[in-house]
Amino acid sequence: MSIVKLHVNGTDREVDTDPSTPLLYVLRNDLGLRGPRFGCGLGQCGACTVIVDGAAIRSCTTQVSQVRGQITTLEGLSKDGKLDPLQQAWIDEQVPQCGYCQNGQIMTAKALLGRNPNPTDAQIRTAMEGALCRCMTYYRVQAAIKRVARRETVK
Amino acid sequence: MSLHLPPAIEDAIQTSGLSPSRRNFLKASGALVVSLGVADGAFAADAAVAGPYPDPDFRQLDTWIVIHPDNSATFFVGKTDGGQGTGTAFRQMMCDELDIAYDKTSLIMGRTDTTPDQGGSGGSDAVERDGWPMRRVAAEARRVLLELAGKHFGVPAAQLDARDATITVRSDPAKSVTYAELVGGKRFNVTLTGKNVDTTTGLAEVKPVDKLRVVGQSPQRYDIPAKVDGSLTWAVDMKLPGMVHARNVRPPVAGAVLKSIDESSVAGIPGFVRVVRSGNYVAVICEREEQAIRAARQLKINWQPPATAPFPASDQLFDYMRRATPTSHAEPEIVGDPAAALAGAKLVVEAEYEVPFQGHTAIGPAHALADPSNGQMTIYSNDMKSYGLRNGVAQFLNMPREQVRVAYMDGPQVYGRTAADDAGFEAAFLAHELKRPVRLQWMRNEETAWDTKGPAYVFKLRGGLDAQGKVVALDYDACAVDYNHVGYNEPDTVLIAQLMGRRPKTPAKGAAETPSVQYAIPNLRMTARVVGLPLTWETPLRTGNLRDPNGPQVTFAFESFIDELAAAAKADPVQFRLDLLADSQEDDAFRRARSIAAVQAAAKAYGWEPRPSPARRNTGQNLTGRGIAYTTRNRTIAAVIAEVEVNRQTGRVWAKRLVCAHDCGLVINPEGLRRTVECGMLHALSRALWEEVKFDNEKVTSVDWVSHPSLRHSDTPETIDVVLVNGDPVPDRSDLAPYGAGETSHKPLIAAIANAIHDATGVRLHRPPFRKERVLAALRAANV
Ligand code: FES
Ligand code: FES
Repeated sequence: MSIVKLHVNGTDREVDTDPSTPLLYVLRNDLGLRGPRFGCGLGQCGACTVIVDGAAIRSCTTQVSQVRGQITTLEGLSKDGKLDPLQQAWIDEQVPQCGYCQNGQIMTAKALLGRNPNPTDAQIRTAMEGALCRCMTYYRVQAAIKRVARRETVK
Repeated sequence: MSLHLPPAIEDAIQTSGLSPSRRNFLKASGALVVSLGVADGAFAADAAVAGPYPDPDFRQLDTWIVIHPDNSATFFVGKTDGGQGTGTAFRQMMCDELDIAYDKTSLIMGRTDTTPDQGGSGGSDAVERDGWPMRRVAAEARRVLLELAGKHFGVPAAQLDARDATITVRSDPAKSVTYAELVGGKRFNVTLTGKNVDTTTGLAEVKPVDKLRVVGQSPQRYDIPAKVDGSLTWAVDMKLPGMVHARNVRPPVAGAVLKSIDESSVAGIPGFVRVVRSGNYVAVICEREEQAIRAARQLKINWQPPATAPFPASDQLFDYMRRATPTSHAEPEIVGDPAAALAGAKLVVEAEYEVPFQGHTAIGPAHALADPSNGQMTIYSNDMKSYGLRNGVAQFLNMPREQVRVAYMDGPQVYGRTAADDAGFEAAFLAHELKRPVRLQWMRNEETAWDTKGPAYVFKLRGGLDAQGKVVALDYDACAVDYNHVGYNEPDTVLIAQLMGRRPKTPAKGAAETPSVQYAIPNLRMTARVVGLPLTWETPLRTGNLRDPNGPQVTFAFESFIDELAAAAKADPVQFRLDLLADSQEDDAFRRARSIAAVQAAAKAYGWEPRPSPARRNTGQNLTGRGIAYTTRNRTIAAVIAEVEVNRQTGRVWAKRLVCAHDCGLVINPEGLRRTVECGMLHALSRALWEEVKFDNEKVTSVDWVSHPSLRHSDTPETIDVVLVNGDPVPDRSDLAPYGAGETSHKPLIAAIANAIHDATGVRLHRPPFRKERVLAALRAANV
């Protein structure tokens, strides 16, 4: 065990843990976060996605001691009680079915729009390819991303 | 008295909509010994919530509806919502009958100590069957409120109006009283009647369709905001003080027998608590989750493999099935003289179809948290049948039912008998052993390999056409691997019971299904048989209900074959079906009319140009085609049309466009319904294009998202159109009923894709999944 320092959703946190622990379990079990979820533990499904310095990473295959930089989880997307436009689009479009995968969908989309605010349909499909959904909400996920992208293009 | 709740649990109460007034009311009322599952565990210093947990009495109005002092209401129903929005639909139906605004209500579901036992979910009948008692009790609450208001004003109830939880005197609208002023925070004390929960009723009648205001609108699903902002407490998030983490260790070869365990192989792992073993069931318990995962991987066990192979390898499966001696036959269904009609037919078409095992394969592996505090057992689970889980666990642990309760919480999709059942039993068993709260989650390879499977099928169909291209005879034969089909939450067939050797003497017979034929086919023979695999118990190839358990397989074969007949008759596939439906004798005024309306609506929405299949092929790289399939599921009708592009160089199939015309009677929430229909189609698209359980003759080898691929973003259609049809012969009748919608659009889609591929390429694929290697091989073989 050793002390690991993390910056999560704008706050400095310290946890006493084995440095090889996957970030996912530290976020969930030590820091009480509920956005990132266990889906495969293999980097294959996206359910555990968090954003580190703008890039979507898989917290299930990232050792906690390797993380430098600002971690944002689903809980950290809203600012001052106001939902991120993507989250709002998810509600407007009524995207989720069960919702278990939606952390991965939203966080992957957030990172995409962060680097490319106006993606083409093909770019959306490519960027989202690794975010799996077993309820098959893909059509609505893509519609919600396009809603936000369109709005940002207009302004 | 304060409950001293941990924050996560307090949150769960908030997001489940249970207001403090409800809690206080419940406590004050005393008679309703109701405690929200997530509200207490070991922590409530309140004897009333520490157990036991008798069944809520469905014959008491107070069990279903509570009016709060702020003039809002909470509904309590015995259902669960796997993400299709049924909870929202229940609220809408109850709001209409009670006359209260939708946003003034909340709903609690599936908590065995709090909500009446309506069985949880299953069979797409949430709205169709279970919505009725909800409507009737809400109507009864309104009737009682009107009566109370009548006394209050000294006028007959018939001279009062109820709206938005307020009752006014019709002749003098200045006189009004709210529901809260009448019963807010108090009990109704009204006894209902009904011999079981489904027939629960009061004296009031439900409203005619034209008086429904909330039904037919599309309020947004109340559960979605907390699912997108990260604030929801899922079953997977539940934590309790003193809780430990468990992981299972499965036999590496199906049917292996545990000889010995070397505990020293994990004893040095920090946080190690214990290895629990019973028969061939093994779990490792550690203080932290990642420690338990590591320990489960590291634990050395000496397994003795079985003497004979537990099953054939997946590429031998269909040969095996064709040769296997059946374990049971269904009675043949015979109409007319099919043998003679086939012999006299102008043209006979014959085809065989195969469907592999396919799994539920939830995105989140099965999980549960079990808490043995106070000598009771509380299980936090997303199992869609929480009541069954409670009863099953009580029997399994030999505890009185009253000491066991299940709190249903959100979780990954549950289209049928998933491993959520198994994980609930395992967590409860481990908690019972350790006398500590135990949180268990399966690993990805465990979920993909060991979750129950939809049965594999082989079919053989023969059909005869006369000189006019009319179907004169059809012979259908099905064979399913379904022996020892496991039920829901059975204490002697859940996986842990099997591995412990606690099994029933006789395995369940299982079933091979025949299609529910709506078409006019004068001479018909349908036979079906079940076969088993060599290993009956402790096998990862165990079958259990998966979203309309046999419908997708059977409809794939049947509706593909109807298309083959249409092609042989050189008939347009839509018109061919309409002709078969037009002559149908069955359900004259009901299913036939609605079926025809749905097929026509789908064709219209698609812009279907009549012509026979296949299409004339172009010379480009992508071949385009369209295919239709139609089906009924109970009283719901779906006609789907798929447009596909088939890449001739790679074999890749892309369903560019999907159309579904869907008739489920009265629509409660159109936007919610559209999404359920869409996602049902895409789930079947995944089964059509990707899904297959693979195994060698020792174990399942498709164990993650690489070896067991599923639909992805790139497979998503460009357009999906859902047309909501009301083909009822009397469309605006006042008693139009809602029918189920969770499965019907899922059922015909594999056939529609196969039919579209045939239309595009002239090549008929008889076995899903239509992955590109299989498609390319078929195209090459046909020189396309
Ligand atoms: S849980 Fe991390 S990618 Fe699946
Ligand atoms: S919404 Fe259920 S897995 Fe995506």
